[in-house]
Amino acid sequence: MDYVIEMLDIRKEFPGIVANDNITLQLKKGEIHALLGENGAGKSTLMNVLFGLYQPEKGEIKVRGEKVRITSPNVANDLGIGMVHQHFMLVDTFTVTENIVLGMEPKNGINIDLKRAEREVQEISDRYGLKVDPRAKIADISVGMQQRVEILKTLYRGAEILIFDEPTAVLTPQEIKELIQIFRTLIAEGKSIILITHKLKEIIEVCDRVTVIRKGVGIDTLDVEGTTPTQLASLMVGREVTFKTDKTDSNPKHNVLEVTNLNVKDSRGVNAVKDLNLTVRAGEIVGIAGVDGNGQSELIEAITGLRKVTSGKIELNGKNLSSYKTRKITEAGVGHIPQDRHKHGLVLDFPIGDNMVLQTYYHKPYSKYSMLNNKEINKQAKKLIQEFDVRTPSEHTPARALSGGNQQKAIIGREVDRDPDLLIAAQPTRGLDVGAIEFIHKRLIEQRDNGKAVLLVSFELEEIINVSDRIAVIYDGSIIEIVDPKTTTEQELGLLMAGSKNKAGETENV
Amino acid sequence: MFSQFNRWQKILIPVISVILGLLVGAIVMLVSGYNPIEGYAALLSGSLGEGFYIGETVRQITPYIFAGLAVAFAFRTGLFNIGVEGQLLVGWVASVWVGLAFDLPKIIHLPMAVLAGAAAGALWAFVPGLLKAKLRVHEVIVTIMMNYIALHLCNYLVRYVISDEQNTTERVPESASLKSPFFETLTEFSTMHYGIFLALAAAIIYFVVLEKTTTGFELRSVGFNQHASEYAGMNVNRNIILSMVISGAFAGLGGAMEGLGTFGYGFIHGAFSGVGFDGIAVALLGGNVASGVILAAALFGILKQGALIMPLESGVPTELVEIVIAIIIFFVASSYIIAYLLQRLKKGAK
Ligand SMILES: Nc1ncnc2c1ncn2[C@@H]1O[C@H](COP(=O)(O)OP(=O)(O)OP(=O)(O)O)[C@@H](O)[C@H]1O
Ligand SMILES: [Mg+2]
Repeated sequence: MDYVIEMLDIRKEFPGIVANDNITLQLKKGEIHALLGENGAGKSTLMNVLFGLYQPEKGEIKVRGEKVRITSPNVANDLGIGMVHQHFMLVDTFTVTENIVLGMEPKNGINIDLKRAEREVQEISDRYGLKVDPRAKIADISVGMQQRVEILKTLYRGAEILIFDEPTAVLTPQEIKELIQIFRTLIAEGKSIILITHKLKEIIEVCDRVTVIRKGVGIDTLDVEGTTPTQLASLMVGREVTFKTDKTDSNPKHNVLEVTNLNVKDSRGVNAVKDLNLTVRAGEIVGIAGVDGNGQSELIEAITGLRKVTSGKIELNGKNLSSYKTRKITEAGVGHIPQDRHKHGLVLDFPIGDNMVLQTYYHKPYSKYSMLNNKEINKQAKKLIQEFDVRTPSEHTPARALSGGNQQKAIIGREVDRDPDLLIAAQPTRGLDVGAIEFIHKRLIEQRDNGKAVLLVSFELEEIINVSDRIAVIYDGSIIEIVDPKTTTEQELGLLMAGSKNKAGETENV
Repeated sequence: MFSQFNRWQKILIPVISVILGLLVGAIVMLVSGYNPIEGYAALLSGSLGEGFYIGETVRQITPYIFAGLAVAFAFRTGLFNIGVEGQLLVGWVASVWVGLAFDLPKIIHLPMAVLAGAAAGALWAFVPGLLKAKLRVHEVIVTIMMNYIALHLCNYLVRYVISDEQNTTERVPESASLKSPFFETLTEFSTMHYGIFLALAAAIIYFVVLEKTTTGFELRSVGFNQHASEYAGMNVNRNIILSMVISGAFAGLGGAMEGLGTFGYGFIHGAFSGVGFDGIAVALLGGNVASGVILAAALFGILKQGALIMPLESGVPTELVEIVIAIIIFFVASSYIIAYLLQRLKKGAK
């Protein structure tokens, strides 16, 4: 058999945990190979071993049949292995080209030959249909574009084998479609791809084979053709998974959140939220559907006090919060699962235990007379770790060492446990495996059933439709329509999100 | 800070660096024709060999502990306080001033003079803290500039305000002095004073405030991730200022030790004392933890004190100690650089 990569019996241990327990993964030339597993199963670790970031305790790696030792990412590069990380490593103030050639600049005497570099970048971009502008500044381009720059970076370095770690988690549905197209072009050009993703449909759509790992152990490698999402899910979780979220009809009561004529400026000083009106009642989940960049983030930041309100009112249980600081808003009963877990959600260098009391450390029993009570903090952490199935060796482990999905579960646990009157969940299931998604959805619905208000923001229409009781469509900073999830379709939502009020029969800005 | 270092590595890296520094120092001695064993023996006997030397070494360690704690405190909360030198100088002069200006019973006068030093240092650090918090001016630049202002302001005060156009002030009276006749007799009349106890107490306070209080929790959180701290409802700007103020207070106390203990008076400084800058190295070597700072300060004290005697007893020039210190710092720093790079890569991999 013609394998470009063979990882045989790879074992990688971390203090207190075996992340990879003799896993074997073989990549055929020209295939897209999915790596599937629960949060914390060891996928990123395995790929980091292949990319030379970690040294395995045991096992061997063969590249094109030859045994190799990949001691650093440079060695991986030389072997034609490139990796697109989930969190990009780009210099914001540099241009696309500068970022791509960084570290291996083409020289013209002692000067960097940027002209030539730009030409080369353009060439590669054209060949793979990446549509990247070599002269654009990173800070000015979208996340999807930045990801393509990362792809370009690996191609520029001559990668033949590309590793993608959850590339679609940060993309909008449209961007995902385009990425899949790029995958196809890459394969057509003779590259091979390893793809980590939690989205089973994507696997079935684009992948040839899939390797499933569970808790660090390789379970099976199988052809994707003929498998179903249910089958993959149960292989990965080790039990049956239902995809439908069961829930009864909502029974909404009084208004908890009432936003009236809200205006908020974004970081560049442009109005991002424009005369927005929104109500969320006790006992209901309101989903906000919209294309990224239509004011969702600014709306949430305004409600939680992280961004100044230009004008308008934000009322929680009848109290105007619009001039409050974040702490007062939190105390008033607002919980917030932030969209960017690394930036806002966690202090990565703190133990996961301390992160569990990030908003409550100054309350009893976590502290008394300003002295921290570590025993109580750790007790609380243990409780949440248990309840929300956060896979970590202990509560003392730095948050940074947890797998992406488990970091997310920790944040959700913290916020839900505070039992806020209004829970704002921004992309709560980003990067979670199907089992965890099911669990989180259940918890959100449970909050609702306990008479709390939940505001859900998600780019995944399926999630919005399944979980919400009402869907508010946001477009250009305003809520342009409220629709019933029971009667709407993804198509209708898609149109609305593009700014067309097809219900009223009029079309604008399509 | 560098989370991929486990406990052992965190201890091992500075220890190995010290050993490497001493080894390279030995090689330098060999190459330049000195006997390294004799050299180090002289250094040791010159710092710990007799009661007098021990006293002098302990006296030397005292301000290093304070300066180290000052730098480390700021660092642990995400700030670089390069202004420890200036804060130390103003603390020095303020404590002497209060010592000279009042006539009070010791039980009030001494604490007042010591606290005046802390307050002056805190005030001096408050300015860069405020500028950082309100205007996002980088604290490194402001603290460096404040060092020069401190130097010249202190010289002015000493010459025209606290003395009659003299180069030194008068000695502070007994009631405001940290001098210890007991230790002086015990150590064959060295200049050892009570300051070392204050330094050790300060290290304990450092530990408790940073690790055990809600204030420390906030300060560390803001130091690691301002966005997440803001999200969690902490007042980021207040914490930046507070961090600088506490750091400056440690530095000011270090100055008070010199003003009320070692010297007992203030004098015109032709140049910086250097203690504040050495504090950066002490903090780095000590891994920014209280116990580490004490050990690193002790090492620095021993090396610097021993360096004075080494040329007399073995002919090895004093500057050798500077080489050894530089190399120790180099090794510590480069291991942190390696760690930092590793961490960056890891961050990307997540
Ligand atoms: N640097 C590290 N130090 C200690 N433990 C680690 C480290 N990196 C990963 N782990 C642990 O190894 C296990 C596997 O983590 P990994 O990141 O590979 O999971 P994953 O399959 O990528 O999960 P996810 O889907 O959530 O991203 C986890 O239990 C994690 O806590
Ligand atoms: Mg991962």
